[in-house]
Amino acid sequence: MSAKTITAPTSADEPVQFYDLDEHAHPEGHSTMLGFWIYLMSDCLIFAILFACYAVLGGSYAAGPAPKDLFDLKLIALNTAMLLFSSITYGFAVLQMQQGKVRGVQIWLAITGLFGLAFLGIELYEFHHLIEMGATPQRSAFLSAFFTLVGTHGLHVTFGIIWLVTLMVQLSKHGLIAANKRRVMCLSMFWHFLDVVWIGVFTFVYLMGVLR
Amino acid sequence: MSVDPHAAAHGHGEIEMPHASMRDYVIGFVLSVVLTAIPFWLVMTMPLSAGATGAIIMGFAVVQIVVHMVYFLHMTPKAEGGWSLTSLIFTVIVVVIMLAGSLWVMHHLNTNMMPMPHEPTSQTAGQVP
Repeated sequence: MSAKTITAPTSADEPVQFYDLDEHAHPEGHSTMLGFWIYLMSDCLIFAILFACYAVLGGSYAAGPAPKDLFDLKLIALNTAMLLFSSITYGFAVLQMQQGKVRGVQIWLAITGLFGLAFLGIELYEFHHLIEMGATPQRSAFLSAFFTLVGTHGLHVTFGIIWLVTLMVQLSKHGLIAANKRRVMCLSMFWHFLDVVWIGVFTFVYLMGVLR
Repeated sequence: MSVDPHAAAHGHGEIEMPHASMRDYVIGFVLSVVLTAIPFWLVMTMPLSAGATGAIIMGFAVVQIVVHMVYFLHMTPKAEGGWSLTSLIFTVIVVVIMLAGSLWVMHHLNTNMMPMPHEPTSQTAGQVP
């Protein structure tokens, strides 16, 4: 390839441009949503690994308690309901944001946070109950995998609630500016994503566990 | 993306955000409640055999995940110029390979393993500490 063929399209002594010098403006945060989605996908891989661990180790009771002896499905159903309610209340917060009502967003975020706290409270009660019965993470491979998987999900919910409180403070300080709208949408994705993971947990860990 | 840099610079409000509607959230919520309630009911009352119940609740979970993706996470093939869906498909492929591969390998390891002394068999079941 000679230099002649490369410079052929430019008529005069203009330098050849191999890349875009004329940078067009990117609005602030234009790629945040996609970036956050890709973060969620990587989080998805973490949970997939923990699910794989549970699938492999979930039958190794070491002559200890099995899921049938441990899980109280009524409690899990209540827990699932809490997370599902928090999903739709977060949806209402997003709808209020689209109408530009700061107060409404904050109220629905607060309700979402309360449902999240109720979920965490029930989960901690369940863990406490299990540990009191001697079903600690050290007892068997099944319980180690169980506590790691469900605990990681609970930890995500905890951080989601911390983020939610932070966002409510930001909203009260700056109102519905573009940056805050973006944050509301990112937390929305995070929150609904945790609900998606919970579908896997209650089906695969609790319901299948009791069936086994 | 706008060709005119000024138009793009002024367009702060033009950051693409998925548009949510009350209809979407209500449909998603009602479907989720139904898709959650049926598996719990099936397992708590056991009207079917364990195998059939297991297959049905797994099916319901997959459907509910799709419902959440569409109605709560507003996934469409066009979101973010298709990149959301592309990354999702990539993740699903990786997850499926990893889950299926792990289970396959570990299952074979398990079945090819020598029987261990602590394995609770009929003779030793009473002696396990």
